[in-house]
Amino acid sequence: MAQITKKEVDVVVCGLGWAGSLMSIELAMAGLTVRALEKGPDRSYDDFAYPKPADEYAYAVRNKVMTTPAASAVTVRYTMNDTALPTRKWGAFVPGGGVGGSGLHWTGVLIRPTPTDIKLKSYVDEAYRPGILQEDMRVRDFPFSWEEIEPWFDKFERICGQSGKTGNLRGQIQEGGDPFEGPRSNPYPLPPLEDTLNNVMFAEAAKKLGYHPFPNPSAAASRAWTNPYGNQIAPCNYCGYCSKYPCLNYSKASPQTAVMDALKRMDNFSYEVNANVLKVVLHDDKKTAKGVIYIDEQGNECFQPAKIVVLSSFQLYNVHLMLLSGIGKPYDPVTEEGVVGRNYAFLSNGGATLFFKDKHFNPFVAAGPTGQMFNDISPGNFDGPGLGFLGGAKIHSSQATGTPMSAALPKGTPSWGAGWKEGLEEWYGHSMKVSITTTCMSYRDVYLDLDPTYTNEHGQPLLRITFNWKQNELKLQQYLKGIVGNIVQELNPDSASMSFLPMDADFDLTKYVSTHNVGGAIMGDDPKTSALNKYLQCWDVHNVFVPGGNAFPQNFQANPTDTIGAITLMAAQAIKDRYLNNPGPLVQV
Amino acid sequence: MSFQAWGQDDAGLMKKGEYLSRLGDCMACHSVSGKPAYSGGLAIKSDLGTIYSTNITPDKIHGIGNYSEQQFADAVRKGILPDGTRLYPAMPYPDYAKMSDEDMRALYTWFMKGVAPSDVQPPETKLSFPFSQRWGMRFWNLVFTSDKPFQPIGGASAQVNRGAYIVEGAGHCGSCHTPRGIGMQEKALDSSDETFLSGGNLNGWEVPSLRGLPRWSEQEIVDYLQTGRNDKAAVGGEMTSVVEHSSSYMSAEDLQAIAAYLKFLGGNPALQRDDEGARQATEAKLAAGRHLSEGERLYIDNCGACHFASGKGAPGIFPQIQGATIVNAQEPGGLIHTILAGAQLPSTAKAPSELAMPGFAKRLSDEEVAQLATFVRQGWGNKAPAVTKEQVAHVRESLETKK
Repeated sequence: MAQITKKEVDVVVCGLGWAGSLMSIELAMAGLTVRALEKGPDRSYDDFAYPKPADEYAYAVRNKVMTTPAASAVTVRYTMNDTALPTRKWGAFVPGGGVGGSGLHWTGVLIRPTPTDIKLKSYVDEAYRPGILQEDMRVRDFPFSWEEIEPWFDKFERICGQSGKTGNLRGQIQEGGDPFEGPRSNPYPLPPLEDTLNNVMFAEAAKKLGYHPFPNPSAAASRAWTNPYGNQIAPCNYCGYCSKYPCLNYSKASPQTAVMDALKRMDNFSYEVNANVLKVVLHDDKKTAKGVIYIDEQGNECFQPAKIVVLSSFQLYNVHLMLLSGIGKPYDPVTEEGVVGRNYAFLSNGGATLFFKDKHFNPFVAAGPTGQMFNDISPGNFDGPGLGFLGGAKIHSSQATGTPMSAALPKGTPSWGAGWKEGLEEWYGHSMKVSITTTCMSYRDVYLDLDPTYTNEHGQPLLRITFNWKQNELKLQQYLKGIVGNIVQELNPDSASMSFLPMDADFDLTKYVSTHNVGGAIMGDDPKTSALNKYLQCWDVHNVFVPGGNAFPQNFQANPTDTIGAITLMAAQAIKDRYLNNPGPLVQV
Repeated sequence: MSFQAWGQDDAGLMKKGEYLSRLGDCMACHSVSGKPAYSGGLAIKSDLGTIYSTNITPDKIHGIGNYSEQQFADAVRKGILPDGTRLYPAMPYPDYAKMSDEDMRALYTWFMKGVAPSDVQPPETKLSFPFSQRWGMRFWNLVFTSDKPFQPIGGASAQVNRGAYIVEGAGHCGSCHTPRGIGMQEKALDSSDETFLSGGNLNGWEVPSLRGLPRWSEQEIVDYLQTGRNDKAAVGGEMTSVVEHSSSYMSAEDLQAIAAYLKFLGGNPALQRDDEGARQATEAKLAAGRHLSEGERLYIDNCGACHFASGKGAPGIFPQIQGATIVNAQEPGGLIHTILAGAQLPSTAKAPSELAMPGFAKRLSDEEVAQLATFVRQGWGNKAPAVTKEQVAHVRESLETKK
């Protein structure tokens, strides 16, 4: 294995998904030399030219655009006393792999958290009597105000060509939008996607029950859109291949459609694929990094010197790299000292599947982010304190895909063979879903660290997840079961099946939930309890920035991508405006 | 003039020369990917044989480093090399003849000082007899070229004349868009003749007339040249490289001048209004999805994702089908080629997205492509002749031999 030292660059970006591509283009536009290293392969338009992605087995079953467990396994256990085992097949979550990362195959729901979501600890302190919530809960505020972050949501949404209905324009509540939305400085760039029958039925039922449904905010553009980088996003054609698929129609915002073509034109940007970053190399005083070590496609060990290191891989792998590189003190769940690995959170889903003999939903007309949702059951919008738990959910009906293998069938239908085929013929197009996407709080003993038993091909310990459901989240599930039940009753189907976690549920790693893993290297105001400051800069190593879902101190009911985009853009601006002139910590404590 | 004699003023000249090299699209013909810029070697297939472009870097042995300014100008404007060798008019010197002395000086300065010398030796052009007899070009030149410098159009605005200077001269638009005569010469070299820019045929593609461009507004002409796309169409075929290497680098003023000039030319009959009733009828039938013809079904399965049942595509992204030049061309070669091989938009400064249409050669048979193309040429109010599977087979064959 040859050892190669590369020419120094201003910025090395590790991971070329949303966070990495946004950092790359923003910093390259400021004139810096930027080099991105991506562990997976390149994924260009040719790979997903029509009709290649319309292949449910390849993409949704065989995970064609995901990273593989062989390359990216983690180990998982329920409690601190268990021995964790490695993931050999993806289940509950499926991180993307290659250029575009998870931003290539996401569903495209582009929604902001509420102002309460980003100040959750303050809300808890104000609304909950002491002793109501679990003692081991460790929720925190995001270290910025709504006014501070809002312009960056706005910018990211223009980069994506967000489609939807404005709910709160500079404090004015808008009919048909989400009344719980934080004030927006600008309306949605594009009108909402078209509704399908299930959406209309769901919205009517929800309204009748007193809720405030609004169209899903979408990154599948409803109209042709040219974004601030000049990239073009095409209008969605409702083909239904979104979640787990690259978009065959240039319609879903992804690093490819929204960033890469403009980025690739820049002479001061370059990228290398199949380049697996193993470690950030620190100077002797551990206060700054001098570059990264990676293994290139040919298996050579390369050192890439850089003045700024950006870790912009998937949440789990950002935390892993920090732990492997000795950046920030690892978290100890017993003493609660250390910052890297704390506040990991996942989330749960669930809901009801409704069957109607006489309704034709035409599910082949679909888009991942089409649908209607309401946000009445999110923190601060209902009586969580009285019910004894913290959290909430967005409750929605989407017509996300019409792919046959994922089609819902009534209970009792065989899951394979001739019986399954008969069931599919009879019931395809006759069901709709009412779904929940929940919050998930962070806890003292839910965290990430290096696994003591299992190593990867380079001899490095795998990342270990310690996670199981807590009573708080299960109580929330039970409460949501009641709400969804009422909606189902209102819709009056021929039959329905419900799926909610019982109070004794354990985390099931085998069934897909979402890939909204968050936390582990969180942003905060206090270096004792957070790994990063509000500009995603490591408190300890000031030229390392870590944009990604890792920065969330807990999980909110809104999908994470909008927030990942916003905090990344805010950090990029701080680097341009302040860090370059005066390298050092951007927040003093 | 020696290199040393060049002073500070050259910065401006160089810049101008670099810009002129974009106007003239020197890059497209004199570069191949993977080799240094302007080191030549591009194979230009003509009916007479393959012509290879030359090294025009300032390398003294392999390039043009020993050329004096006059020798350079004679090569560009007259097609005569310092040793008396005559160029083939694959190099559009009959058009470049219109370029001013001042522009030649700037271009010369750029090529001598701005371009890196390269010692790459491109393959030699060897045409079969009698075309191998380059001296014969002397007579061709006598008959078909003109030494006359650019003649401003009397009474036209300065903007139109700037457009004329670019289009007739460095832009050499006529070399593709003007019909060729008996000696394969462009039938006209400027606006004084009505055949100028009235369309032609290139490698089986019907090249549209540029006279007046009645379907497009001036802004749509500018958008197309600047970005390879506008609200109605997207660039395809040979024009893709023109946008990528040349017109996307032109200043907004020059592009507007070109648009003004093309509009000034006029000469195409005014368009009939699009038949909105016919368009809606096709849309309704496709949307209903019942009793479809083979062509209609193939359209829904293969094209509707982007061009939609409406046939309207998406502004600036997916081209319109109703009234589109390539769809309605008398000769369907361009349309068939696009269906079989697909098309890729160039990444340009103002529109970086490399949007592509996939090719359907592997997915559709000759008969299917013929059915599909026939429907496209007759749906939404289009009124072009049907396409046969023999025509498709012919284009498919030419694609395969290209590989």
